[in-house]
Amino acid sequence: MSRTGPFRTLLLSRLREFYREPEAIFWVYGFPVLLAIGLGIAFRERPPEEVRVDVVVAAAAPDAGATAAALKALEGDRRFRARSCAGEECAQRLRLGRTDIVVVARAGGVEFRFDPTRPESILARARAEDALQRAAGRIDPVAVAERQVEEPGSRYIDFLIPGLLGMNLMGGGLWGIGFVIVDMRVRKLLKRLVATPMRRSDFLLAMMGSRILFMLPEVALLLLAGSLLFQVRVQGSLLAVLAVSLLGAVSFAGLGLLVACRAQKIETVSGLMNVVMLPMWLLSGIFFSSERFPAILQPVIQALPLTMLNDALRAVILEGAGLASQSLRIAGLVLWGAASFVLALRWFRWS
Amino acid sequence: MPTGAKGVAIRCSGLRKRFVSRSSTVDAVDGLDLEVRSGECFGLLGPNGAGKTTTIEILEGLLPPTSGEVEVLGGRWDAHADDLRQRIGISLQETRFAEKLSVRETLDLFRSFYRSGLPPEEALALVSLQEKSGAWVGKLSGGQRQRLAVACALVGDPELLFLDEPTTGLDPQSRRSLWEVLRALRARGRTILLTTHYMDEAERLCDRVAVVDHGRVIALGSPGELVARLGGEHVIEFALEAGADGLREEDYRGLPGVSGARIDLEGVALTVTEPHVTLPALLERLGRERLALARLATRHVSLEDVFVDLTGRHLRDDTASTAA
Repeated sequence: MSRTGPFRTLLLSRLREFYREPEAIFWVYGFPVLLAIGLGIAFRERPPEEVRVDVVVAAAAPDAGATAAALKALEGDRRFRARSCAGEECAQRLRLGRTDIVVVARAGGVEFRFDPTRPESILARARAEDALQRAAGRIDPVAVAERQVEEPGSRYIDFLIPGLLGMNLMGGGLWGIGFVIVDMRVRKLLKRLVATPMRRSDFLLAMMGSRILFMLPEVALLLLAGSLLFQVRVQGSLLAVLAVSLLGAVSFAGLGLLVACRAQKIETVSGLMNVVMLPMWLLSGIFFSSERFPAILQPVIQALPLTMLNDALRAVILEGAGLASQSLRIAGLVLWGAASFVLALRWFRWS
Repeated sequence: MPTGAKGVAIRCSGLRKRFVSRSSTVDAVDGLDLEVRSGECFGLLGPNGAGKTTTIEILEGLLPPTSGEVEVLGGRWDAHADDLRQRIGISLQETRFAEKLSVRETLDLFRSFYRSGLPPEEALALVSLQEKSGAWVGKLSGGQRQRLAVACALVGDPELLFLDEPTTGLDPQSRRSLWEVLRALRARGRTILLTTHYMDEAERLCDRVAVVDHGRVIALGSPGELVARLGGEHVIEFALEAGADGLREEDYRGLPGVSGARIDLEGVALTVTEPHVTLPALLERLGRERLALARLATRHVSLEDVFVDLTGRHLRDDTASTAA
């Protein structure tokens, strides 16, 4: 017979209960990655749009050579998608929005037909004229050079991944500890456990240990998905990311324990968790920067644990900051976690 | 390791537990004295709400009493809790174990809390649950779950076992198989304290029974002794045709061989020593009064009769007696 210590069996039980629950696996691991993918695609940087140009080839063209030249100039430019068609068909396509502009060759020049209320038509007009004039030999007096900026690190997905990481650590701590403990209390399992010689510290440490173990794949999966699908690079050290995530997980586990310390019903703890999480979902900069909120709210927002966690994660992941530069946020998270723990243990109800 | 007076497993005196809420104050346990001897199976018998569970949870050290003394295995909960927890096994009235753990895993978990105890397979064998060893708890029937709860109470190989309503809600066959488990345990010299509101359970399992009502012990003794107090071993139950007024309780007590009489909604119950003497006299008397019988039956006296005799109420339902 193998004898294993109570901490190990408690931890093992928690792990088994978790991985045997497919729904839990999805919400903890699948959902955040799907959310990252969905939002990453929705807010991706689009390639520069083509301008759709129709060129009218009149049957009795007054100047067939000019039309050909116009078409050629536009076709040769990859910013345009040009096609030629008959006058009536072109007018129809313009009305239906299938083309942005219609170019009609005229004696000694061209005529643009377009709807001035459509921004893309105005853009098309400017671009088409520019291209035609240049093709005809216009010389620009000012030399213009372009450099297009689209670097990983400044995109929405780069902002989003650390935010989702923080959100996930918060949810995991509150659900994975708070909900699970109240569920065990409702089932009278907590009471049954304290009726054995089990040390209460073993139980709480096993809960904490399970949170830390569940957290590792959470962090790895999100970073991996970000890296593989969107080329989100971790600028700082992975160890620093892990350390901040660990601190976040433990701190929110403390908050979860506090939320669950007295609740006797699942409904109660669900409500309490929403009260705790909702302000942070909104204010702590998961999907958009917390700096968008008025200055008067900032002291409160900056004091929220998720704000500290998200800001620290962004600093490490996006800016390559070291842990030392985040010491204030780290201290804040430690304080949140420690205070929650102490209060939770003082008020904790086992039965 | 504390050791108590020889032969006494549990002793409590003047036990009181008062629950105070905004709307009411309830004395769930109201001055209860008890002594459970080592090696006996002791039953706390009473209707729902009598204070059985509160009492057993105080004795288990899960609930502090408002006042009173508790001594378990010679120790006290405030001084020797760690030691006592190692030496007792507990099955609560209702525990829902983790559904996604197997029976064996659940037992392994509980076994790991005890310094010494039974191998989990042996505990499973004691409750005849070996073939379910690998099954998830969520897949077990009610009776199997209850046997698992008892196995979890046994896995630490306790000297003293607390079982709160171990067979409530089980089908007759599951109840019987659990009784077998408990009988076997007692045969191994374990002390058992159980609560029940089933008469037959107390009669079949318990060496001694304390009848509890309104937080107090109202009768104590072996099932045989308690039944003997009624003065007869048999009960004649009958009802008269609807509309018949019948006789008064005193009239029935005057019949030969009758030691007690009760009239309630269901009819008349006579406690008698010798049915073959009483029955002819009863029929003759009813015939003389021109009272027709709707039904008549005789049976052995049970603890139910003891409880009704003591409280004027039945155990299961709380219908008050109509007797004046």
